[in-house]
Amino acid sequence: MSAGTKKIDVTVTEVVEVNDLVKRFRFERSDGAEMPTFSGGAHTVVEMKDGGITRLNPYSLMSDPRDRSAFMISVRRDEQGRGGSLFMHREVKVGDRMVLSYPVNLFSLDLRAKKHLMIAGGIGITPFLAQIKQLEGMNGHFELHYSVRTAALGSYTEELKAHYPDRVHVYHDDQGEAIALGDLLDGQPLGTHLYVCGPKGMIEWVCRTAEERGWPAEAVHYEEFLAPQSGKPFSVTLAKTGKVIPVGEHQSMLEALEAAGVDAPYLCRGGACGQCETDVVSHDGAFVHRDHWLTDDQKACGNKIMPCVSRFEGRSLVIDR
Amino acid sequence: MSRFQFPPSIRSRPVYGTLEPRRGTAHLMVADAEGAEALLDLARAAPEMMAKAHVLYIPAAEGNDLADRLRATGPAQFYVGPSYAASVSRLRKALADAHMGLQIYLAGTEGLIGQAMQEAMSAGYPASAIQTEHRGSVARRVQCVHCKGVTENVSVTPFVCSHCGLNLFVRDHYSRRIAAFQGVCVDAEDPGDVPAQEGLYQ
Repeated sequence: MSAGTKKIDVTVTEVVEVNDLVKRFRFERSDGAEMPTFSGGAHTVVEMKDGGITRLNPYSLMSDPRDRSAFMISVRRDEQGRGGSLFMHREVKVGDRMVLSYPVNLFSLDLRAKKHLMIAGGIGITPFLAQIKQLEGMNGHFELHYSVRTAALGSYTEELKAHYPDRVHVYHDDQGEAIALGDLLDGQPLGTHLYVCGPKGMIEWVCRTAEERGWPAEAVHYEEFLAPQSGKPFSVTLAKTGKVIPVGEHQSMLEALEAAGVDAPYLCRGGACGQCETDVVSHDGAFVHRDHWLTDDQKACGNKIMPCVSRFEGRSLVIDR
Repeated sequence: MSRFQFPPSIRSRPVYGTLEPRRGTAHLMVADAEGAEALLDLARAAPEMMAKAHVLYIPAAEGNDLADRLRATGPAQFYVGPSYAASVSRLRKALADAHMGLQIYLAGTEGLIGQAMQEAMSAGYPASAIQTEHRGSVARRVQCVHCKGVTENVSVTPFVCSHCGLNLFVRDHYSRRIAAFQGVCVDAEDPGDVPAQEGLYQ
């Protein structure tokens, strides 16, 4: 079994429409026992039996880490996605039995920080909801800057503003409101750590601005799950068994390995954690590296690949599995 | 020469680099004795940085006083202190008033670098983001693991603990929390059987 992939059988006990794009799901253990503990920023991988295929999508836990009765996630419907979020929105009902992974945290708070500055965009708010509850329990110092498209599509803005009127700042894109990031960063006391979760462009903007203003990389944390992108179909050969596995257009290499019965390691399934790093034995063709894990040098070398998000185009690829 | 190449040692032993200019909204530079030479090199590499720099300098009791040359680089704030203990309150105030975007540069003896780093870390600044450069004396700050007393400027091993009088062997085992190397009793088994004293790195 892969590290961190211990499973929990759960029952869906609540499905709430948060707004036009977002639904919230509550999962309780089917055996009535308590959920495992987690820390703010952790995610769970939700197993979806969608017809003949099994989808495994990571979602940040948004519930209070101190609450052992249930896990909660919020899912934004993505019409252009590969179908995981649409499945959650259309098919999952109260009473359904599902399988979740144990929580894994790749976006935890650095508790040595004197202050936590959080920047969220859209559905990127979810890990912060759990982190804020965790900090509340320990009287931690935080400030949230949350950018949403419109008031109607701003998930949890009202609850946040009601609970923390002085610490939560909401910005509406449609009203031309934007985070004054430069001033915000310059004004932070020494010992502040910066956290950002949201669309790719926002993460890049925040990381770049922080670097330009002299923030050490050690104090800047971000989480971006890459959904595996589609690409040309290809085949991969396993060095250990000689088995040749086809990878479909809308399938990741990791999913293809799993569908062929290979127990390959994984944690985040989004190119961030490094768990699925795989040695390439030989190749004739070009890699399409899409992860945040390998360094540029490693990518150029062509002897490693992250099968959760990266692909291959060419005649042959042999991996050490 | 003020530069010394430390031989490789255990993981616990701090290693030092060469100060390089980094982008920042403010720059805090702390040096003692010949550490000033590292700051002078830094100022030569990026003279424009000094307009946003706060320099704290502690000249050695003996040896060259480079305060005038440091002052000539034009730092925004410049302080010369008689000792680290006398200067630490200013360092704490500087850190307490600072904002993110600050770059921290420490240069000189291991005792100065270690103690200033300890202050920056307790202000919440990530230790690995602090730049350090060793210059000058290789004397160490050593904590007696038995009585916990700290002896400054230890340049020989074994030495007599200035607090409890035990004969201490100077280890490379270092504590970032107390900014000191560990000194361990060398003749505990056989009191009086003390190896010949030798200079550190000699």
